[in-house]
Amino acid sequence: MDQIILQILNGLDKGSAYALIALGLTLIFGTLGVVNFAHGALFMLGAFCAVTLSRILTISHTVIDETKKDFLGNPLKVEVPYVNDWFGEATGQAIIDWSVPLSILFAIPVMIAIGVIMERGLIKHFYKRPHADQILVTFGLAIVLQEIVKYYYGANQIPTPAPEAFIGSFDFGALIGMDPGSIIYPYWRIVYFCFAMVLIGAVFAFLQFTTFGMVVRAGMADRETVGLLGINIDRRFTVMFGIAAAVAGLAGVMYTPINPPNYHMGMDFLVISFVVVVVGGMGSLPGAILAGLVLGILESFASMRQVIEVLPGINQVVIYLAAIIILLTRPRGLMGRKGVMED
Amino acid sequence: MLGLSKKDTSLLIAVAVLVALAPVLLNPFPENSALAQFNAGYPDLMQRFVIFGIFAIGFNILFGLTGYLSFGHAAFLGAGSYAGVWMLKLLTINVIPAILISTVVAGLFAILIGYISLRRSGIYFSILTLAFAQMSFALAASVLTPITGGETGLQTALNDPRILDGVNDSGNIPAPNLFGLEMGDSLQVNVAGWLWTFNAGYYVAGIIMLIAFYVAIRIFRSPFGIMLRAIKSNQQRLNYTGLNTRPYMLACFVISGMYAGLAGGLMVAMDPLAGAERMQWTASGEVVLMTILGGVGTLIGPVLGAGLIKYFENIFSKINSNLLHKWFSFLPDGLEDFVVTIIYPFIGKGWHLTLGLMFMGVIIFLPGGLVELGQRISRSFSKNKNDAAEQKPAE
Amino acid sequence: MGILDIKDVGKRFGGLQALSDVTLNVEENTCHAIIGPNGAGKSTLLNCLIGKLIPDTGSVMFDGQSVLGRTPYEINQLGISRVFQTPEIFGDLTVFENMMIPIFAKRDGAFALDAISDFMSHKDVVEQAENELEEMNMADKRHMHAASLSRGDKRRLEIGMCLSQQPRLLLLDEPTAGMARADTNNTIDLLKEIKEERDITIAIIEHDMHVVFSLADRITVLAQGTPLVEDVPEKIKGHPKVKEAYLGESA
Repeated sequence: MDQIILQILNGLDKGSAYALIALGLTLIFGTLGVVNFAHGALFMLGAFCAVTLSRILTISHTVIDETKKDFLGNPLKVEVPYVNDWFGEATGQAIIDWSVPLSILFAIPVMIAIGVIMERGLIKHFYKRPHADQILVTFGLAIVLQEIVKYYYGANQIPTPAPEAFIGSFDFGALIGMDPGSIIYPYWRIVYFCFAMVLIGAVFAFLQFTTFGMVVRAGMADRETVGLLGINIDRRFTVMFGIAAAVAGLAGVMYTPINPPNYHMGMDFLVISFVVVVVGGMGSLPGAILAGLVLGILESFASMRQVIEVLPGINQVVIYLAAIIILLTRPRGLMGRKGVMED
Repeated sequence: MLGLSKKDTSLLIAVAVLVALAPVLLNPFPENSALAQFNAGYPDLMQRFVIFGIFAIGFNILFGLTGYLSFGHAAFLGAGSYAGVWMLKLLTINVIPAILISTVVAGLFAILIGYISLRRSGIYFSILTLAFAQMSFALAASVLTPITGGETGLQTALNDPRILDGVNDSGNIPAPNLFGLEMGDSLQVNVAGWLWTFNAGYYVAGIIMLIAFYVAIRIFRSPFGIMLRAIKSNQQRLNYTGLNTRPYMLACFVISGMYAGLAGGLMVAMDPLAGAERMQWTASGEVVLMTILGGVGTLIGPVLGAGLIKYFENIFSKINSNLLHKWFSFLPDGLEDFVVTIIYPFIGKGWHLTLGLMFMGVIIFLPGGLVELGQRISRSFSKNKNDAAEQKPAE
Repeated sequence: MGILDIKDVGKRFGGLQALSDVTLNVEENTCHAIIGPNGAGKSTLLNCLIGKLIPDTGSVMFDGQSVLGRTPYEINQLGISRVFQTPEIFGDLTVFENMMIPIFAKRDGAFALDAISDFMSHKDVVEQAENELEEMNMADKRHMHAASLSRGDKRRLEIGMCLSQQPRLLLLDEPTAGMARADTNNTIDLLKEIKEERDITIAIIEHDMHVVFSLADRITVLAQGTPLVEDVPEKIKGHPKVKEAYLGESA
């Protein structure tokens, strides 16, 4: 029992990352009709927003601390971040400590800007081209983006810790009346899951309750008719692309403490996110969320020692296997609609 | 000749001549000149030209004719490589069985994957093939380690059985050969500063590529080929014309997979080492790029594309900042540094950046690839000559 | 007993009874038209004939064999050729190649792995394709890309492709929809010619009365999913029920 709960919890954080990327992919599919292979790169760029902010915050100048001596007896040179000068030492250190959550504020405008530039500069010209061309040009873009990041940040993983308050684990077992210590779950993963749910909720609320969202949903259902009503659907779709980029970016920002970012993390997540979209059903937003979480949990179950002993390697392939089975039995995915991307 | 039309025959002969003379043609710069690093006429690179040429020709039979974009073709290349190395280990160090078996194994693998993936079309097909390839890659790198050598890869060893070869008491791992002719053997000719290397492995691979190219021409011109093009053009009409498209697609997919397997087999015949990274989806992406860069659906395009990509990969990766400074030393100092700084991210380890940009550039500006570019140029010339000349539809 | 025998066909979509008790016989070597106002169930009936939909009740027999549940290519092999509402041809291929494909399909069956021979070396197919293009007056356009043909020529090519297989039943789905008057008249003339010159049964599903009256030997009027009357054109013209059905629609 405790094992099952633990695996479900373990699957939730990765699953919610899949869900967030898949959500953006689906929004772009549904609205623009574009297959965006660069979406994983947006996730990766988001993660590097966090890295960048933490680097900016720790830009330092050297001061000579007369009170301390180094081992040669000379006055010690200390690197002092500028934020310490501006806000005082305690606040400054807190800001640095909280750089990952703060990156959310930094990443939103950056990612929306990147998304809008991408859409206006490149994707726009591919609406009428075959899907194969869209796949290929965004694939090329993904390579370019990740190579640029690699050039500036190097090929290694960059550790980006969570705020100190969230380091450590939470005894989930004790909370639900099981043996203490049976289910230990790191705080940050809980934060990530909650964050993801809030973000998903926000996107849905936006689509559901604003006029803007209503038009976009109408456009997803029938683009031509909405166009005939004299509504400039293209501009809204551009904004939608920006939002999708921001969602992927935020998913990346918050994921950095779980998995230190490197330049090819986008590609790794992208392939799976595509599988998630297909399993959920092309163009279905709830399907993308559901499939993301289900596949995340499935993956985590498949990684259990007991399972691997019976079926070696299953943890590596379970997602793909699930996708293949789903696609062959339910061609439209779990919640796909008829007529959306039928071929 | 050989059952080909005049035009196709001359194309085949042209390719054959290029393959035969490549060691000379690709070394246009004398050995000690400053430009020698632009030479491509050394065995390792030339082998890659023709082997990836085969890979791309095969991919084009699928993508070019039917429009089905497979994002998992590297899986067949990898499967062929593993099968090839096992033949070199178990059977004989002669490359013939390795090449044949790797083609067959890739074909069988393609039947399995194709049977399932082809139940969907369009983007679903692309994602299914991608999923299969990623699965193969993940398995090859982990659970299947006894068969694939895992992350270190699979290679020949001294104590391999090689049941057809008899006892090996030389104390060395034997090198792959064709009835005694070692793939690594080369004849070097030095003519007035030019160094030409005629490598046995290259010519073996080259001859096989010519055969593969010839077969591809026949497929393109056959009733089978015209049906495949009809599938790309209008599958619905084809169904209502009384043709069952599924076996056509499967046959095409398998043929295409066998080409990939053949390429994989040749790779290990040249260098008996196979690793899982050969199956990764970036490798699948690369063959897509080769085909598109050359010209999708054209005969010669994939070969050109493969050659160009492999050449650029090689040259760009070799350039370093010292070399750049040397080239631009004629510029004033500040400008020199500036130019070098601009170019630097695109070379050496930054080759992939250039590759990605090329990818985008080709798809944005030149969807028909180099062949279309060539046609456009020749058309504009012929227009200048004779405005009234009627245009034949492009093939 | 006609060549196409539709018996008691019914089809329901949720709460909508799209077809009920459709019984219809198409006699061999006649031209039979099925007309009706919008929403009368014409397309549903067509989809039942070509295997896209399986009716809830009833049977559809072609020459003694059931067509229900068959794939499109099997239906074609029974001897039914279909002409689409918008011409479905192979746009990327030349006119001549378009013409060769159905002839290959007729000769070699649903699948033939002939990947080595040159397709132009099949003299019998080439010859037949040439004849067929000649018949359609399209011989001069043989090297053109099919996509660059005019709407009327595309239709002509499509009909030619269907005829090249010597089908026993030619099934036309609003063959003149969206065409200019001149093209419509050309298509009607072409179909008349075919009717006179070949041993072929034609079934037309059509909205346009003009087309139907100049072609059909018999007409079935479909309204609200069920056959209203079936008779020769002259009788249909003045039939009060037909007027009512059509006027009811326009009112």
